[in-house]
Amino acid sequence: MAKINPKKTPMIEQTAQERVKNFKEVPFGYSEEQAVEEAKRCLQCKKPFCVAGCPVEIDIPGFIKAIAEKDFKNAIKILKKKNVLPAICGRVCPQEDQCEKECVLSKKMEPVGIGRLERFAADWEAASGETDIPEKHVLTGKRVAVVGAGPAGLVFAGDMAQLGHEVTLFEALHKAGGVLVYGIPEFRLPKAIVQREIEYIEKLGVKLITSFVVGNTQTIDELLKEYDAIFIGTGAGLPWFMNLPGENLNGIYSANEYLVRSNLMKAYLFPEYDTPIVKGKQVATIGGGNVAMDSARTALRLGADKSMIIYRRSKTEMPARIEEIHHAEEERIQFEFLTLPVKYYGDENGWVKEMECLRMELGEPDASGRRRPITIPNSEFRIPVDTVVVAIGQSPNPLIPQTTPDLQVGKHGNIIADEKTGRTSKKGVFAGGDIVTGAATVILAMGAGRIAAKSCHEYLKTGIW
Amino acid sequence: MVKISKTQELAQNIKLFEFDSPLIARKAQPGQFVVLRINEPGERIPLTIADAKKEEGVLVIVFQEVGKSTRLLGTLKAGDTIMDLIGPLGKASEIEKFGTVVCVAGGVGTPEIFPVARALKQAGNRIISIVGARNKELLIMQEEMQSVSDELYITTDDGSYGRKGLVIDELKRLINENVKIDKVFAVGPVIMMKAVSETTRPFNIATVVSLNPIMLDATGMCGVCRVEIDGETKFACVDGPEFDGHKVNFDSLMARLKTYIREEKESMQLFSKHTHSCTCGGK
Repeated sequence: MAKINPKKTPMIEQTAQERVKNFKEVPFGYSEEQAVEEAKRCLQCKKPFCVAGCPVEIDIPGFIKAIAEKDFKNAIKILKKKNVLPAICGRVCPQEDQCEKECVLSKKMEPVGIGRLERFAADWEAASGETDIPEKHVLTGKRVAVVGAGPAGLVFAGDMAQLGHEVTLFEALHKAGGVLVYGIPEFRLPKAIVQREIEYIEKLGVKLITSFVVGNTQTIDELLKEYDAIFIGTGAGLPWFMNLPGENLNGIYSANEYLVRSNLMKAYLFPEYDTPIVKGKQVATIGGGNVAMDSARTALRLGADKSMIIYRRSKTEMPARIEEIHHAEEERIQFEFLTLPVKYYGDENGWVKEMECLRMELGEPDASGRRRPITIPNSEFRIPVDTVVVAIGQSPNPLIPQTTPDLQVGKHGNIIADEKTGRTSKKGVFAGGDIVTGAATVILAMGAGRIAAKSCHEYLKTGIW
Repeated sequence: MVKISKTQELAQNIKLFEFDSPLIARKAQPGQFVVLRINEPGERIPLTIADAKKEEGVLVIVFQEVGKSTRLLGTLKAGDTIMDLIGPLGKASEIEKFGTVVCVAGGVGTPEIFPVARALKQAGNRIISIVGARNKELLIMQEEMQSVSDELYITTDDGSYGRKGLVIDELKRLINENVKIDKVFAVGPVIMMKAVSETTRPFNIATVVSLNPIMLDATGMCGVCRVEIDGETKFACVDGPEFDGHKVNFDSLMARLKTYIREEKESMQLFSKHTHSCTCGGK
């Protein structure tokens, strides 16, 4: 066997200089030759640790082998057995913490680029123009409602449809996809790709109804009269603010608002699209997660001269993916670590013009295992800003818990559901994704959708709760 | 796609639309609102529900053509469709027997307060309504308000109908005449709702106002509609839209409503350039 290249086959991307002026996707993806070259780095372990690291248990060596053999059609077929959204997962999964972290190669060199290969296979299928629709099981006559067309709901719906159930997928917004369409920007996940994956779910037989707010348009109890089971995957939609003086000044956004305007409503194309967005010149994004990176990079593309990340801990504690931090650094996002905003100052018309911050230092580790940030007294300083994006997290959306009295809810407003089955306190009602766990990742939500589908199928067969 | 079943011009630039929307109509309660989106590039527009005919499955809204989106909406006819109608959203009005309730409405606040006044009347309240408009031509839904009110007072800025003056003058008159008022509902321009709240505050008359901040998803997701209530931030879309008028920071609301004034102008100019001859009647 030839010597293994210690590094992943590089994926060509737009230069930082070029890409900050557009919303197009940053990496271009592998060519067939590059994909085959990367696939050949895989050792085809007999006991593949990578599979154990994947929340949806994809046969990783299997699909990689197919790519190495240039049987791309088989590669996508193997992927889709476990993952109905491969083009999305190949792009936004934190592979470095999952499959690639477990890859045997990673002990001595860079792991196999599993995510890049997954993306390649999915894009290859899309470019080929032919999508294989798996054969459906015999129809069961059972009706299932899915609330929320984000990652958890899409996977649950796809799995249940393939198991022969009649599935209706309700979405409150006017477009399906959840965080994939309203949250993650075009330059990280092109919306045409999301659309393609949703069309695939529809081809599996799922009926999609948008602009339907479960809780308001109809309650869970009303839906239970028409459906045999319900899955709730409504996500973590309620944005947090810091309750600082001046936080309601004009120009201060939640990351949700900033990203919904830009992504879902296409405000970056204003006035061709009707929804406006403030195109700030001095933009500060508060937070250290992927959503913060997305917001700061969006601000650059909207024309900011200076886009800053304000984070109260240091770089090591940042929850964002390494790749996203790296991309942000390349794009000259300015990082202000160990910095805590405490107050905003506005101009005479109510627009934010300055933020006051405190410097922090790191103390003992806290409950999250990360070193706790402590304020340094008398370290106040001001940063001039005209736009602020608050990206410090979000909690579960309360609309359904509020309108479903017998659904048990935790102290953070999350729906209580069994980790292994997705079953809630209410018979016939399942839940999974961020509405249960609080804000987490796309793939974890997908995993929860898969687990709930298995358990729901069982419930519909046996009637045992 | 949602079909428009009827359109009617109530006054210049004020239109009433009926939509075929049985699900929303069945659920709609006084004080709630909907969000609509006209077409693919369209924005999400929040509009208060003016009426819901549950048996016919018809939802009624009344809107004033003020910006690009409402102008465009105004060009649609019965039989046309819009992309999305979402709702009912927000909390319903608190309807119970308070005693004597004064319903104060200005401009397009009138169709918005109408279902609230009707429900309050049905709950056994004595309803005194005060309706204001700039002039006689802009006065709308007078008959409907008459039908649910024990007393109805009308004011116009120019005196062309009813009493000359503002709704606030009538409210002050009632208070000065020692009419026992148990509750006030006010819907209309922010400046009017602020004035009503300031008028009732010294007399401790409970006052409910319906706030109209900028909204986007209107389901609690984005926080653009945040309003300051008693020093605390609330989301008007899920915590409101009705709040205790004595606790609202109206100045913050007014400032926030001006966030996109420049963009609104730009949009409007573009729209006028494209459609000049057909929407404004040469005015």
